[in-house]
Amino acid sequence: MSVTPTSPDSIIPRLKAETLSSLTKKGVRADGRGLEDFREVKIITNYLPKADGSALVKLGDTQVLVGVKIELGSPYPDTPEEGVLVVSAEFVPTASPAFEPGPPDENAIELARVIDRVLREYGVIDTSKLAIIPGRKAWVVWIDIYVLDHGGNLIDASAIATLAALLTTRIPKYTVSENELIQVDKSSFSGPLPVVRKAVTVTIGKLGDSLIVDPTIEEEKVVSSKLIVGVGEDGSIAGLQKSGDGYLTLQEVEKAIQLALKKGGELLAKIAESVKSPEATSAGSAGTPSVEGEKPPESNA
Amino acid sequence: MKREKPKLVSEDGVRHDGRRLDELRPVKMEVGVLSNASGSAYVEFGKTRVIAAVYGPREPPQRYMVLPHRAVLRCRYHMAPFSTDERKNPAPSRREIEISKVIREALEPVVMSEAFPRTSIDVFIEVISADGGTRTAALNAASLALADAGVPMRDLVAAVAVGKVDGYLVLDIDQVEDNYGEADMPVAMAPSLNMVTLLQLNGVLSPQEFSQALNLALKGVNEVYKLQKETLRNKYLVRVE
Repeated sequence: MSVTPTSPDSIIPRLKAETLSSLTKKGVRADGRGLEDFREVKIITNYLPKADGSALVKLGDTQVLVGVKIELGSPYPDTPEEGVLVVSAEFVPTASPAFEPGPPDENAIELARVIDRVLREYGVIDTSKLAIIPGRKAWVVWIDIYVLDHGGNLIDASAIATLAALLTTRIPKYTVSENELIQVDKSSFSGPLPVVRKAVTVTIGKLGDSLIVDPTIEEEKVVSSKLIVGVGEDGSIAGLQKSGDGYLTLQEVEKAIQLALKKGGELLAKIAESVKSPEATSAGSAGTPSVEGEKPPESNA
Repeated sequence: MKREKPKLVSEDGVRHDGRRLDELRPVKMEVGVLSNASGSAYVEFGKTRVIAAVYGPREPPQRYMVLPHRAVLRCRYHMAPFSTDERKNPAPSRREIEISKVIREALEPVVMSEAFPRTSIDVFIEVISADGGTRTAALNAASLALADAGVPMRDLVAAVAVGKVDGYLVLDIDQVEDNYGEADMPVAMAPSLNMVTLLQLNGVLSPQEFSQALNLALKGVNEVYKLQKETLRNKYLVRVE
């Protein structure tokens, strides 16, 4: 059951709310950004030694860690010649006083499902290359999104981290014996995960009558609703989700989408720059973390 | 088994069930179908059938679950085990949890919750037959049930899904069109207030296609809105001689 949020964490003092919206009217924001600016994005790929692909993304104060595991499994009966994609999100209690331990809540489920839809519908991964024995065995791509610190706009940070992690994911080496037994050797790789098209999300918040890109956690408390736009590298709309208790007018929807498509292109270029060549980043990284001058945050993750 | 994609739209723009591209399925609506609920509604779009019940405003079972300045909305979208081709496990799925959230958020802007502090208004939706477009049918029923319960609202919420099937944009897609189609875009609006209260897209559209799809959705939403108002009028209109 979905209930109107009643947690004190969702409440912001009226004075602050008014300050934020009056600033927005002037075209500036509390942290000095313009209405259409993303916060600084930092992407560290190959962050984890045990995952087959990983990335830590910092979007302002927001930190999201994505780990990709490639495991043997069975294909779905209706797509016997394709691999399987599974996206889950955990809002771990390290990230926010509002996050409680336990199974994913509606926000975590919504985040995972929106990212899943963008990846699946845009065809980011060519799953037809992931069949091993058609109808019997295929690779399962497990994408686990771990929100480590909640500074707002979790979904875009997660989408960036997911794409960066997928771009550095490699498929383990395997052999199929005559009696169709499959042996997986995780110490070496048979090749990169077939990431054939790139897509991210861009979240547009409605603050008063203004539209803002990449809301912070404080802005999210004042934003009446958000439009999450999946943006493909060819400029198409790869998914949409209106989220939050408010509404948008038809004109605002069109405006938000145009803005998101523009910002999405910039974001995709930035990711491409950070993740230049997956081959060069960490040869044989299993067991050798290739973290560059970054310590993992203090969590029990 | 791998299924082959059937042809769903003919060259002259007729769909697999004989509908035109911009035609709704046969719609039925009824309010006041349950005796215990404060308000209720039954909505049918072809083979998609849903029942919605509203309880409240009332004191919620957990007293801490209230707000001092308004009512909380509680919403559950649930599919009956017999509503689908294969039996559905009655435990709430991730899909149902997400849909419950987007339906609640689609109703929040129209319900005048500020009139009932410290109470909850509960909307329970049961899908008894699922053939595509269940979340939009659910929202249409929820909105009617709220009106039937006498909950003050700024407007009704009317919803419909637009899809892209065989390259054509089509109104009110059904299960087959959703399964084999390229995109599914549910839209809900408070039509008199120009509020888009639900918007999702599962699939890929170019910006031009999106604008066309939104226009088609607007046409469908206005038709549904008209039917909703007729349904309420038929129940509540009193003619004075």
